[in-house]
Amino acid sequence: MSPHGNPEAPASAASEINREAPKVAATTEEHQESPWSLWEVFVRSSRGLSHVHAGSLHAPDAAMALRNARDLYTRRNEGVSIWVVPAEAISSSDPDSKGSFFESPQGKDYRHATYYTKSEGVKHL
Amino acid sequence: MSTKDTDFAIEGHGDISVGVQGAGASGDGSASATRITPGNALRPEDIALEISRGQVKPSEDVAEFALRIGDDGLILAQRLGHWISRAPELEEDIALGNIALDQLGHARSFLTYAGAAWGKSEDDLAYFRREHEFRSAHLFEQPNGDFAVTIARQFIVSFYQFELYTKLMESTDATLAAISAKAVKEVDYHRDHSAQWVLRLAGGTDESRARIIQGFKLVWPYVDELFEDDELTTRLAEAGVAVQPSSLRAEFDRLTGEIMAEAELEIPGVPQSLGGGRKGKHSEFLGYILAEMQVLAREHPGASW
Repeated sequence: MSPHGNPEAPASAASEINREAPKVAATTEEHQESPWSLWEVFVRSSRGLSHVHAGSLHAPDAAMALRNARDLYTRRNEGVSIWVVPAEAISSSDPDSKGSFFESPQGKDYRHATYYTKSEGVKHL
Repeated sequence: MSTKDTDFAIEGHGDISVGVQGAGASGDGSASATRITPGNALRPEDIALEISRGQVKPSEDVAEFALRIGDDGLILAQRLGHWISRAPELEEDIALGNIALDQLGHARSFLTYAGAAWGKSEDDLAYFRREHEFRSAHLFEQPNGDFAVTIARQFIVSFYQFELYTKLMESTDATLAAISAKAVKEVDYHRDHSAQWVLRLAGGTDESRARIIQGFKLVWPYVDELFEDDELTTRLAEAGVAVQPSSLRAEFDRLTGEIMAEAELEIPGVPQSLGGGRKGKHSEFLGYILAEMQVLAREHPGASW
């Protein structure tokens, strides 16, 4: 969920990004609201581990997105490296087509190493 | 940059709020993918512990100097805290809140150390001194204004503090050096944050540019006071405890000048204020800040939560 807490628009569904201004409307007539774009944040918690999706945020550009990510997602020593990616650059699978997308591996036990019995004489498995 | 080996006796570092194990669960590379680590930086509590053991006690001069720096951070933290829930965007709420917390952390350490000279705690100093006993410079108590004014103020503050803490890391006073070594990294980030915003506001829309120009006009009169030498700084500089504030000016001018040039901004040609904050002479703004900051502690002396 985005830090602005909009459960209607999952942060990873690029097609459904809420383009509305996230906060209060402009206070002055001539003030034009151009909402900051959405960025997805990936944090590597320590060396040797992968970057993991931590959440999202709004920022005017990549440099500020990185800094905002540092402020929002590494407040408690969570990370040693951060990636920020424009949310619209991410293509995600359709949650509604979960069935056809992820059905195939179901029941195909032989794709797992545990399916096979160890041959005699093989050490260190 | 050589930092003195301060040899702090750090005991259990468990931050109970995140439920880590005690000693050993520090940010030392033993972190796992899931465990949150509190880190092992110097904390005000560590300084208080040393004081209670009689391991450190600042001289009157050092205490007075630490009081100045501590008050700067304390008053600025109070000002910045006002932005929380009011910044232009949620992300900036957090950024300014983070900077406020950093400043408050530095203030706590400096005030804890200063108080050791007079048998006072950080809370005694923060909540039970009167306006004329505060030693902060006038820049720190200036009103937030709009976002651009706050950024202009922060820009000056962070570039000044970075030079100050960089030099203080070489102090012959181990505690001042240790606090500064922790603070300088945080202030480095404050420099970056404010510089990024100066560039963006100046290069943004006509309105944002007009606002940052106006912001600098409002806060620039309070720059000179930061770099004024006096008898105290002269004595401390001779002892190798501190440097003369005036010696920080050239580098401050050079680095801020680079950003201002990149942003195509002029240094405002405004007269400088009289200052006097280091002697306890303040503008009308400080009293209101103190009223808000101190009311609860004075209403319930000794209360803890």
